[in-house]
Amino acid sequence: MPDIVLSNVQKSYGAGSPNAVSDLDLHIRDGEFMCLLGPSGCGKTTTLRMIAGLENLTDGEIRVGEKIVDSPARGAFIGPEKRGMGLVFQSYALWPHLTIERNTDFGLRLRKVPKAEREARVTEVMKALDIEKYRHRYPSQLSGGQQQRVALARMLAVNPGVLLLDEPLSNLDARLRLEMRAELKRIHAAFGTTIVFVTHDQWEAMTLATSIAVMNEGRLQQLGTPNDIYDRPANRFVAEFVGSPPINILETATGHALDRAASHWLAGRLGESAGVGSVGFRPEALQIARSEAAVPGDSFRHAAEVTGILPTGGSWIIELKVDGRALFATTTECPVLKGGERVFVHARPTAMHVFDAAGLRLAGADDTLARAA
Amino acid sequence: MRHGNRRLDVVLILGAVALTLLPWYRIDGGFYGFGWLAGFPLSTEVAPGLVQIAAHGRWWLAGVVLLLLLAGAARGMADPMRRGAALAWLGALGVLFLSLQGLAIGFSGWTWTISESLFGALSDGQPSMGAGAVLSAVVFVLLFSFGLAERGVMKGDAFVVSAISLLVFLVAVFVFYPIGSMFAGSVQDFDGSFNPDGFIRNMQDPGIWSLGCVIGGGRCGVAWRTLWLAIMTGLGSTLLGLAFALVATRTRFPYKKGLRLLTILPIITPPFVIGLALTLLFGRAGVITQGLSELFGIEPGRWLYGLTGIWIAQVLSFTPIAFLVLIGVVEGVSPSMEEASTTLRADRWRTFRRVSLPLMKPGLANAFLIGFIESMADFGNPLVLGGSHGVLSTEIFFAVVGSQNDPSRAAVLAMVLLVFTLSAFLAQRFWLSGKNFATVTGKGDSGAHIALPRGLSIGVHAIVIPWGLFTLVVYGMILVGGFVKTWGLDNSLTLDHYAKAFSISFDGSIAWTGVAWNSFWTTMEIALISAPLTAIVGLLTAYIIVRQKFTGKNVFEFALMMSFAIPGTVIGVSYIMAFNLPPLEMTGSALILIACFVFRNMPVGVRGGIAAMSQLDKSLDEASLTLRAGSFRTIRKVILPLLRPAITAALVYSFVRAITSISAVIFLVSAEYNMATSYIVGLVENGEYGVAIAYSSMLIVVMITVITGFQLLVGDRRLRRENRVAGLAPSRQEKTA
Ligand SMILES: Nc1ncnc2c1ncn2[C@@H]1O[C@H](COP(=O)(O)OP(=O)(O)O)[C@@H](O)[C@H]1O
Ligand SMILES: [Mg+2]
Repeated sequence: MPDIVLSNVQKSYGAGSPNAVSDLDLHIRDGEFMCLLGPSGCGKTTTLRMIAGLENLTDGEIRVGEKIVDSPARGAFIGPEKRGMGLVFQSYALWPHLTIERNTDFGLRLRKVPKAEREARVTEVMKALDIEKYRHRYPSQLSGGQQQRVALARMLAVNPGVLLLDEPLSNLDARLRLEMRAELKRIHAAFGTTIVFVTHDQWEAMTLATSIAVMNEGRLQQLGTPNDIYDRPANRFVAEFVGSPPINILETATGHALDRAASHWLAGRLGESAGVGSVGFRPEALQIARSEAAVPGDSFRHAAEVTGILPTGGSWIIELKVDGRALFATTTECPVLKGGERVFVHARPTAMHVFDAAGLRLAGADDTLARAA
Repeated sequence: MRHGNRRLDVVLILGAVALTLLPWYRIDGGFYGFGWLAGFPLSTEVAPGLVQIAAHGRWWLAGVVLLLLLAGAARGMADPMRRGAALAWLGALGVLFLSLQGLAIGFSGWTWTISESLFGALSDGQPSMGAGAVLSAVVFVLLFSFGLAERGVMKGDAFVVSAISLLVFLVAVFVFYPIGSMFAGSVQDFDGSFNPDGFIRNMQDPGIWSLGCVIGGGRCGVAWRTLWLAIMTGLGSTLLGLAFALVATRTRFPYKKGLRLLTILPIITPPFVIGLALTLLFGRAGVITQGLSELFGIEPGRWLYGLTGIWIAQVLSFTPIAFLVLIGVVEGVSPSMEEASTTLRADRWRTFRRVSLPLMKPGLANAFLIGFIESMADFGNPLVLGGSHGVLSTEIFFAVVGSQNDPSRAAVLAMVLLVFTLSAFLAQRFWLSGKNFATVTGKGDSGAHIALPRGLSIGVHAIVIPWGLFTLVVYGMILVGGFVKTWGLDNSLTLDHYAKAFSISFDGSIAWTGVAWNSFWTTMEIALISAPLTAIVGLLTAYIIVRQKFTGKNVFEFALMMSFAIPGTVIGVSYIMAFNLPPLEMTGSALILIACFVFRNMPVGVRGGIAAMSQLDKSLDEASLTLRAGSFRTIRKVILPLLRPAITAALVYSFVRAITSISAVIFLVSAEYNMATSYIVGLVENGEYGVAIAYSSMLIVVMITVITGFQLLVGDRRLRRENRVAGLAPSRQEKTA
């Protein structure tokens, strides 16, 4: 399957309503496992449906390789039935009046594949997904996880160049979800299919994707590998959306003691005119020392009070307060702290994410801080 | 081959066929008699379009040829956008041209003076459109649709665009064109020239508008009488329906199942049958009237023949409908709301008055409006019981068929009736919509409805039991009535009426000697033809309304729903006014009956289809689309199988409605195609009550057989299907698990 390229895509549901998707540029390469990640309502499903051809664009264009599949300006539109993309719905959308086998071979029958070949293909896919024994059952006689696999099998049977998945795991319980994640990774490896996967669950995106597109309010925020997204968030939205507990953000412009300290510390290293708007550090980068002497010389530091220790099984979340402002730190070593204890929090310069007043990452700051360290 | 070329070629070939191989004009002897093959293709009556142009001086038809040729030329255009635009324009122009030439050129030349002065007089006119003309109209509609589809309308889905265009076209031809030409006809003279005199005279007729009965002095006009009757019927049936609904849901009444059976009665009862049964009970020669006169010497009166009698008959007929509506409303009041009220120390009566009743208010208003509309549209009961004190629907009838033959009067009366019913429809739609307080949440509200306050409970029982018994007696009359010689005079039992209606004799072959057979078989035939058509058109419309988005969809839906609120009488009048003359002539044929049934009964299919389809998740068809099935195949393979219960219901219901309806039918029947209901009404008018009632009960039995037969056939399967569909939503269980 050639690459799928979305250029400057706009989508509005009816005149007057705000854009569900705006100015979207996205390049999905052959064989990629791309996750669309974002809060509910940010336009992920809309994007997926536009790729599948179930919604028309309002403006912009989508190309598959050289072929334009949707471009209102040129009046080109290729219907969903001719795009060769398999869409797996959040609700599975299995046809209740057909058996698992008939559900699975539906697409093959439409393509008039000869019987022997068809059966072989269906058996192969069913075996791969471990649903062969349910062949003659009806969808309602299967559990959710099994139905999920049938929905996948139905799409895989026709060997689509692209597999589009809309929050396929959100209806499953935690254990099944884990199993299905592994299953998807296996399918991706085995069939080499391009997969576009929609989710609002950051862990799902982190563990599965080769690249993640973070969206918010219909706009692409950042496109990158999972590590990129986590380690170098392009703006405050991405920084705050990804990570749990959430990243600690200090706004430099407020009068709060902690913010002033951070602002002062950054000005000393980046210069007064760097245009810093805020700075963030992830909970695992926020370290705790019981005395200031234990803090490395070049780290940012501040006095704080421990207000809570929450064990999360193998790791701990430590809740701290500075003048009423809450901070979170995580640690994998059993903490020896007590509630109410006065400590110093500190963070390495390289662990800092610096954003300008508009919330965009200050690109220059990373290098400067790295050199300073 | 380029995509879209094949279907375009097929349609272009059809266009060529329409011009060369089919008679352009209407064949008097009927197209399917194929008598026209003899004179084909040269004689004037049966010649195809091309020959009409070349040999018979119908030069204006060249416009059709030209447009089709242009469409053929447009086929070769490379740019899909421009080709789409060209095809859409040509199609639209074609439809416009065909309608204009049809309307402008009648039997004897121009029908409009303006065109005559523009183009000069025509030596010869043209008859009504025939197979060729109709096919070419369809071809133009399809060209228009294909053009739009090529421009990417409806995601370029030619099937959906064609379906929408054809539906709009058909509704325009069979609903809006007749209504429009009825209004046009009301301000025209016999020769077609503009003359509003009749219209103005009728508009000011005191017989319609007089308020004499209120201000003293004489009777009120028919408009006010009809309005008064409709309000009273609405009130009566709503109150009774509420009493029945309360008894069925909030008391320990032992025969609740029987009460629910009541709801299918109006479906299987031809509307005038109630009036007929009442005549046999309370008419001058009725059993009860005679009994009272013998026992107490009470003078037999004519009180039944008039608004009182019609009112009783209508309340009897429409209470089950109100009951059906209100049972949902009463059950919809969430028990927890009532429980909340009782825990706040309100007693049962206060809870009912302050909580339950206000929650039911919109439902009650809805039931009232339904009763109101039904009463306005009712034709059978007023015809049987009205005598000279008619209501609008019967007045319309007599204005057309009687000695008056005053089309403009019929049109004015129809307009008045339309204003009343459409106002009620608009009130129902805009005022009531969004005021639905039904509190069914799907949450599995636990708790039971509180019982009725004691006094109220006694009250509703006191209403329900006598009225229920009365209904039983009336229906008993219908069943027994056919076996009694002459009601009131000679009450001995006899099989004569059945013999007269349904006798069969064997001498070598079967001879259907009974008087009823002719209309009976016609009815069956026409009901059987129109039922599947109704189901198809209705379900297709439902599919478009539920599943497709397009500009103007709201207008489309609204116009459609509004056309359903047009009373049958109005449709009937407008059909005979519109389809009696070129360009479309269908009166006296089976076709007009079928068209009438399809477009009258479509709402059944539409409503059922909408309800059923809204329950099917959209992703079920989208999954099929992404697997390369086009929308037509998706409908066939996925939607239709899942809709089977709705399809069956639509089939049965439209079959039954075709058998029971009278209001529109009575205008459209002919000697050749007489329907059971209008035949029975004829019997009633001749005073042959015995045969009429025998025939009616036979119809009821047939319909019960059909309904239960279908129920047995599909009932079991439907249950299983529902299980499966319900099992489709594993998410909730999974999540809670
Ligand atoms: N069919 C629709 N009609 C109108 N608005 C819609 C429709 N589908 C989605 N939207 C709107 O578009 C926005 C994006 O929706 P969606 O793509 O479903 O978000 P996500 O999948 O990221 O949760 C939302 O604001 C939603 O309300
Ligand atoms: Mg979504």
